[in-house]
Amino acid sequence: MNTMNPSISAEADMQDQGPAIPVRENNPEDTVIEEGKTVGKPFAADPKFKLRNVSVSYGKDRAIKDISLDIGRNEVISFIGPSGCGKSTFLRCLNRMNDSIDICRVTGELLLDDEDIYHSKRDVVELRARVGMVFQKPNPFPKSIYDNVAYGPRIHGLANRKSDLDDIVENSLRKAGLWDEAKDRLDSIATGMSGGQQQRLCIARAIAVSPEVILMDEPCSALDPIATARVEELIAEMSESYTIVIVTHSMQQAARVSHRTAYFHLGHLVEVNETNKVFTSPEHQLTESYITGRFG
Amino acid sequence: METANLLPLVLVLAVVAYGLAYMRSRAVAAPLGGIRNLKALPFYYAARAALWCAIPALIVLAAWAGFEGKVIQGIVIATLPQDSWPDSPGQASLILSQISNVAAGKLDPEFVPEHIAGAASVLETMKSQSADFKAALVLLVAVSGAAFAWTRVSPHVNARINVETTLRRIFFVCAALAVLTTAGIVFSVIFETVRFFNRVPISEFLFSTSWSPQTALRADQVGSEGAFGVIPLFTGTLLISAIALLVAVPVGLLSAIYLSEYASKRVRSTAKPVLEMLAGIPTVVYGFFAALTVAPFIRDVAAMVGLEASSQSALAAGLVMGIMIVPFVSSLSDDVINAVPQTMRDGSLALGATQSETMKKVIFPAALPGIIGGILLAASRAIGETMIVVMAAGLAANLTANPLESVTTVTVQIATLLVGDQEFDSAKTLSAFALGMLLFIVTLLLNVIALKIVRKYREQYE
Repeated sequence: MNTMNPSISAEADMQDQGPAIPVRENNPEDTVIEEGKTVGKPFAADPKFKLRNVSVSYGKDRAIKDISLDIGRNEVISFIGPSGCGKSTFLRCLNRMNDSIDICRVTGELLLDDEDIYHSKRDVVELRARVGMVFQKPNPFPKSIYDNVAYGPRIHGLANRKSDLDDIVENSLRKAGLWDEAKDRLDSIATGMSGGQQQRLCIARAIAVSPEVILMDEPCSALDPIATARVEELIAEMSESYTIVIVTHSMQQAARVSHRTAYFHLGHLVEVNETNKVFTSPEHQLTESYITGRFG
Repeated sequence: METANLLPLVLVLAVVAYGLAYMRSRAVAAPLGGIRNLKALPFYYAARAALWCAIPALIVLAAWAGFEGKVIQGIVIATLPQDSWPDSPGQASLILSQISNVAAGKLDPEFVPEHIAGAASVLETMKSQSADFKAALVLLVAVSGAAFAWTRVSPHVNARINVETTLRRIFFVCAALAVLTTAGIVFSVIFETVRFFNRVPISEFLFSTSWSPQTALRADQVGSEGAFGVIPLFTGTLLISAIALLVAVPVGLLSAIYLSEYASKRVRSTAKPVLEMLAGIPTVVYGFFAALTVAPFIRDVAAMVGLEASSQSALAAGLVMGIMIVPFVSSLSDDVINAVPQTMRDGSLALGATQSETMKKVIFPAALPGIIGGILLAASRAIGETMIVVMAAGLAANLTANPLESVTTVTVQIATLLVGDQEFDSAKTLSAFALGMLLFIVTLLLNVIALKIVRKYREQYE
């Protein structure tokens, strides 16, 4: 390609060599982001999570650069942004799922109900029981539907009798909108269900331990539109009793389910605002470029 | 010309044919506007020429070398005078060896009858003529094959398909060779086993409890009836294998869990190869370790607590064998544990499970089929092991479950039955084949079960 049009390659070279001076106007890629600066409303009055100056690095690579954010009680907040912008990494800090990666280092202040998440004496088991998680790809255990939902309650000793456990399983499946489909085959293996059912089972599994927060990492990206609509309905219902943080690539989804939306870019938190505002009149130029599809 | 010289010559011709056909195909392509107008790349025309040159010639060479001896022998025998024709295979081979000794100059022609000396000179001329014919024929086939391929270098001929087909056949022949070898071994063992069961009834072999394979050399010999009951050997095998597995399964499995779930990358990358090195130590080294270090140690310890232990014991052999097969269990288990998707671990950890709960309740059940496969593989290895047992557990066929006594195993008996000079039609020697057959069936069953288990549960988490 370059050999055919030398003028283009020459221009590209100039861009590479030059300092961070925008060559063309309105090019979102050239916008310089000031570290730690977020426009909009990143803070809340009575936050569930209080996150200050959070940075995450994998070895020498800095994945999250000085982010401060509050997540309110019973709030649904979506994280959007182009791939590799750090939104999943940031999400995984909230229940310390990054711990299993040796080279991952988290700095800054992360508080859940004013208690330090990364305190050296923090009980991770208790933290994760309070902050549940649903993953991108449905990951039911290769066990029966019943055993999948009962897994968490059994570990945490939430049921003293078999009938208590049955109640927990039924309630969780009901909340996840799966009871009617699953009640007649609780003993069949969970991996035999459809993708959408599996994802709702994973949600049921997460709420079976009565968490306060549910983290969702692109929960619908492996689902078809109908299954997606069901999960979104579920999120709307659950927002009455849980704080929900959802990472999504679908801006429509963010617009449909969340109260606030946070836009991430290259490890920076660029803008946080009411979802409505983000999608109608974003404050930051990068946000506008992203939601209008200029890149992403 | 000798076969040893012909073989490289044919290969050189094949290389020449390759080069010529390559140039030829380019020359054919040039006036048409480049090799894109050929049906196949020049490489394929060249490779086809080389194959045409080499394969028929090599087949002729192999056939000639295979039948040369028999044909010449037949002709030489036929030249002998009618009255001295051999009337039994034994006599024929005697005469033939005499003739070839004379021909080779090892035997002076004056010491043998005249017709033998005459036959020897016939043999010599036949041999040299055969060599000349062979060389001429092979080279002719090679050159004409190459020439044929040369004439077929044309833009319309798709050499690519020919070459692919030929290569597929070559691969097939190689695969078939391995299968046929296995089948050949099995059949030869079966035939010998049948011969053995003609002498010793199968019910005695399977159900008698005494093993003493000495048969009488003379009719009046005392106490050498020969007893061929396989039960003491199999209990010995089972005892030693059980001890070995009792050592190998816990150690191997727990180290696999440590390596795959807990160890840091650096520890894992050193510890795993070191552990696998255990499998690379020759079994004879394990054997003398067991015989000279472990067995006396066991005897001393037993004496201290007031037990009587033989200086060669099943326990010593089993313990050392257990160490030997640890890597089979640990390495395979480590692989299957690692193959359980990370999403399973994440799912469990995100629910607040600890690492060991995750291991116990999610990873281990998902990996179980593979782990069982590894254990069964280790078990077949233990059952087939010979050297350690010979050195550390002895040769006495005791029917006992006491690990402190000396026992012997099926494989050890096979080895001792066939070591040294033996007549190959006595019940004693033939019993080795029956033992081998039985052992083969047992390990085959184990492998089939292992495969079944692995297949049945394999797709569970996929």
